[in-house]
Amino acid sequence: MKTYQADEKGYYGEFGGAFIPEMLYPNTEELRQNYIRIMQEPSFKEEFDQLLKDYVGRPTPLYFADRLSKKYNTKIYLKREDLCHTGAHKVNNTIGQILMAKKLGKNRIIAETGAGQHGVATATVCALMGIECIVYMGEIDIARQAPNVARMKMLGAEVRPALSGSRTLKDATNEAIRDWINNPVDTHYIIGSVVGPHPYPDMVARFQSVISEEIKWQLKEKEGRENPDYVVACVGGGSNAAGAYYHYLDNPDVGIIAVEAAGKGIDTGESAATSALGKVGIIHGSKTLLMQTGDGQITEPYSISAGLDYPGVGPMHANLFTSGRGEFISITDDDAMNAGLLLSKMEGIIPAIESSHALAILECRKFKPEDIVVINLSGRGDKDLNNYIEYFNL
Amino acid sequence: MANRINTKLKEDGKLLSIYFTAGYPKLADTVEIIQQLEKNGVDMIEIGLPFSDPLADGPTIQQSSTAALKNGMTTEILFNQLKDIRKSVSIPLIIMGYFNPMFQYGVEAFCKKCQEIGIDGLIIPDLPVDVYHEEYQEMFEKYGLINVFLITPQTSDERIRFIDSVSNGFIYMVSSASVTGAQSGFGDEQQTYFHRIADMKLDNPQIVGFGISNSETFEQATKSAKGAIIGSAFIKHLNGHGVDGISAFTKTIR
Repeated sequence: MKTYQADEKGYYGEFGGAFIPEMLYPNTEELRQNYIRIMQEPSFKEEFDQLLKDYVGRPTPLYFADRLSKKYNTKIYLKREDLCHTGAHKVNNTIGQILMAKKLGKNRIIAETGAGQHGVATATVCALMGIECIVYMGEIDIARQAPNVARMKMLGAEVRPALSGSRTLKDATNEAIRDWINNPVDTHYIIGSVVGPHPYPDMVARFQSVISEEIKWQLKEKEGRENPDYVVACVGGGSNAAGAYYHYLDNPDVGIIAVEAAGKGIDTGESAATSALGKVGIIHGSKTLLMQTGDGQITEPYSISAGLDYPGVGPMHANLFTSGRGEFISITDDDAMNAGLLLSKMEGIIPAIESSHALAILECRKFKPEDIVVINLSGRGDKDLNNYIEYFNL
Repeated sequence: MANRINTKLKEDGKLLSIYFTAGYPKLADTVEIIQQLEKNGVDMIEIGLPFSDPLADGPTIQQSSTAALKNGMTTEILFNQLKDIRKSVSIPLIIMGYFNPMFQYGVEAFCKKCQEIGIDGLIIPDLPVDVYHEEYQEMFEKYGLINVFLITPQTSDERIRFIDSVSNGFIYMVSSASVTGAQSGFGDEQQTYFHRIADMKLDNPQIVGFGISNSETFEQATKSAKGAIIGSAFIKHLNGHGVDGISAFTKTIR
């Protein structure tokens, strides 16, 4: 059977693998050899499930958005990842990886962060476990995201500025990788998305797969069926999407819709729509679609949403795009912001701007009245309040 | 014709190899740097093809890469600069760069161009030996190119044996668990590692890189290895003294 999951070498079709310098081989090899075994250990599963329930607050609701459904004349459910502790789905992965790090005997955690959401989620679980935490963040992002920098500091993490290159997410990722090269024995690198060398994309997707696992039984309770007609999620690197699609990937009855950030428009040069603008290449150890110059230099993406401006997508999503399994739509800053405002006014939920991109497709993509459309509401909008204030002159 | 790298490795004595980033300090410096290095007794040269995101490199090489890209360096320009290099230079030349720019150029087209110019080998840190062996080895060999792999103190004996079996030139021995950039001398840990590798009696000679910056570290590194590679220290020297200072630099090494 054709599968859209990773194979044992970490390939999704032609995408994925581990294109890493030899210095990183022992680090990733240790993970590769152990991650599935550890995830299947009963003691690991028990602790993971317990923390997701008592600490993160899972299961998150699957909420039928009545007024929104009437407006768009279709059945819309929102998967409320915004109600997770720390305000987004990111923590599902960091809980899983901190437990993995403990099993591997690591006593030092590093992470990269763009907007600071993954940094906060990592600092949170490090505080929970009493483990040293260093978060790399681009110097420019540190200036843009002061509240999240303060959160990480309160949680006991050290925030180190990435001063190289464009001083944003991709450079923070480079710095974290360099740290890992320099500290190969005691350190675990918690990557925040379904990107990076094998086994990260698969491991992170598995930790996030709790999202679609819950959607299945929750929808069964509400609609008498496990399968929606469509699952919709925004894609930067793509971890919330990977989690929302995971248990539906190989089920052709479920349509998969991926929403990317068009920024100011695909043709403006200020965009993060990788499926439209990217080409196959290697970024951060993975063969995938990425935005680059004709000469193979990685370019800097743009989106109003700091969580979506990664120049690549995870290899799972590159394969969903090129195989045609996923429908890819890109949404501009303006359309996303308006969708965020609309959800706030109609359902009393202020979404993260990332999630607003997913919501915005309701304006441009028609569904049938009887369709069940599950939209993954990956995060809440508190962190974006300043953007909303500026944009709408609130 | 034998590859120049293999011929050079058969010579007596220790080899001094120098890395520099093409297009730095100035876009058009490439050819002169190569000529000056040969004139000053350097045995082999790694020409760095700059990349926007050089994961395995420390701040010095990253900065030189960023500057080179700003200067306008591209794969095509580098090949143009090098097109007549074999009229004036006879030591082995290796292109060192990350995989994505080569992948975009087309790996086979890249190899073909290297052969036309007279490039002898490639070092591609993020092209793992397994992928090379399965997908690219035949192609590299068809164009007479030696691909050089890295090993580190953390690389297992089994993997070193595998890398040795796939290599046909030399093995690039990374001196410590680190990115590129000068450090202060080699401690006991490195000496133990150097001896461990020497005792393995590999088919391919080893050349040590990362952390070589002066005559002392050069001597330590080449006690059991065939040679040593200097990168960051040379680039720092170029920063301060420009292309004219090359002979002063090589004199400080040996």
